Amino acid sequence: MTTETHEISPPPAAREWLWYAGVLAAAVAGWVAYGQLIPFSEWVTSLFPVARDSHTGEAIAFFVYDVPKVLLLLTGIVFVTGVLRSWFSPEKTRAVLAGKREIFGYPLAAFLGVLTPFCSCSSVPLFIGFVSAGVPLGVTFSFLIAGPMVGPVGLGLLYALVGWKIATIYLVFGFSIATIAGYVMGKMGLERYLQDWVRELNAGPLNDLPEETLTFTDRLKIGAEQVREIVGKVWIWVLVGIGIGALIHGYVPEATMLRIMGGEAWWSVPAAVVVGVPMYTNAAGVIPIVEALLGKGAALGTTLAFMMSVIALSLPEMIILKQVLTLRLIAIFIAVVASGILATGYLFNLLL
Amino acid sequence: MKTVKVYGPGCQRCETTEKMVRDAATKLGIDVAIEKVSDTKSMAMAGVMSTPGIAIDGKLVHAGGLPDEAKLEQWLTA
Repeated sequence: MTTETHEISPPPAAREWLWYAGVLAAAVAGWVAYGQLIPFSEWVTSLFPVARDSHTGEAIAFFVYDVPKVLLLLTGIVFVTGVLRSWFSPEKTRAVLAGKREIFGYPLAAFLGVLTPFCSCSSVPLFIGFVSAGVPLGVTFSFLIAGPMVGPVGLGLLYALVGWKIATIYLVFGFSIATIAGYVMGKMGLERYLQDWVRELNAGPLNDLPEETLTFTDRLKIGAEQVREIVGKVWIWVLVGIGIGALIHGYVPEATMLRIMGGEAWWSVPAAVVVGVPMYTNAAGVIPIVEALLGKGAALGTTLAFMMSVIALSLPEMIILKQVLTLRLIAIFIAVVASGILATGYLFNLLL
Repeated sequence: MKTVKVYGPGCQRCETTEKMVRDAATKLGIDVAIEKVSDTKSMAMAGVMSTPGIAIDGKLVHAGGLPDEAKLEQWLTA
């Protein structure tokens, strides 16, 4: 039921203060809990009848440390992102990007792709809304690639679990790939490879929805709603990802890791990309795996390529996009983005 | 009799939106025909870019996220 809560709640001013106080209390509680993670996880691990330094002990310690850590971080990041994104909407972004053929349209689209709220389930209406309103195809691609690829959840977790250097590298290269891939596809003149009905759709009705006026409390509510929706949906991926990470951390010998994912094996970068495509998970699920891989000595380039491939190239999303793009255009899309990822992978394996 | 279209691919929020429209109409005693549209093509034609979207008598009034109850009643009575 959604109707009756409003009538019985306290007057508006009191409700506002409740929201501020609630958010503050949750932030403090989260921060305190975050500080207790190591003692907590060591204590939980000690409850298991295994030696702390055995394979199993290592795996358990990794798991019970990472699960609360990632869930706490995820909640915080999703909330802050939800509040920030309440200032943006696909409609506003479209208005900004329409007709931007100039070179700076691409980085701008990538930037807005990170800040505009949209879920992959509505990427088709969004795609059509953009293209039919005169946003160039390449610019639309920059937007669609950047959204998932350099999302705040992935960056925040990467920062907290792996460190700021790698998070920064990821940000710079993810952003560049989105920008350049969009630019390259824009230059290729791919409009003829859209599905017929999309091409025939002459500039869709540009509805002028009245802008909704939101109070700051409304924005906090949007953040909380996002937490409920996103954390409620991805927690299972987080557990699976951390489970895999824990197994790698506990059981995979470093020598094996170096042989498979070390910088020497030239085929490891393309292999990482290929393995990543069918893997469909959220950034929150893949970063614990990245953490474990890097900890075991996997090469940075190979690991970055794997992570980017998992997040930016996903099979289910391609199937959704099939409604508007021909197979040929999807193939070009994959080829261009995969080239960017391969280049990034090789570059870092070479440099480090 | 008003025709209300709720656009959405079938996510939880779209279901909730449909229910909110129904509840608001019942509360106001307005006769409405609610139609759920989940076909992406129709969604695109209507100019819906973020879901759930609501159109009343062919005019889009809302897109993206759950509608505000007070506004919903305002749209229905307009």
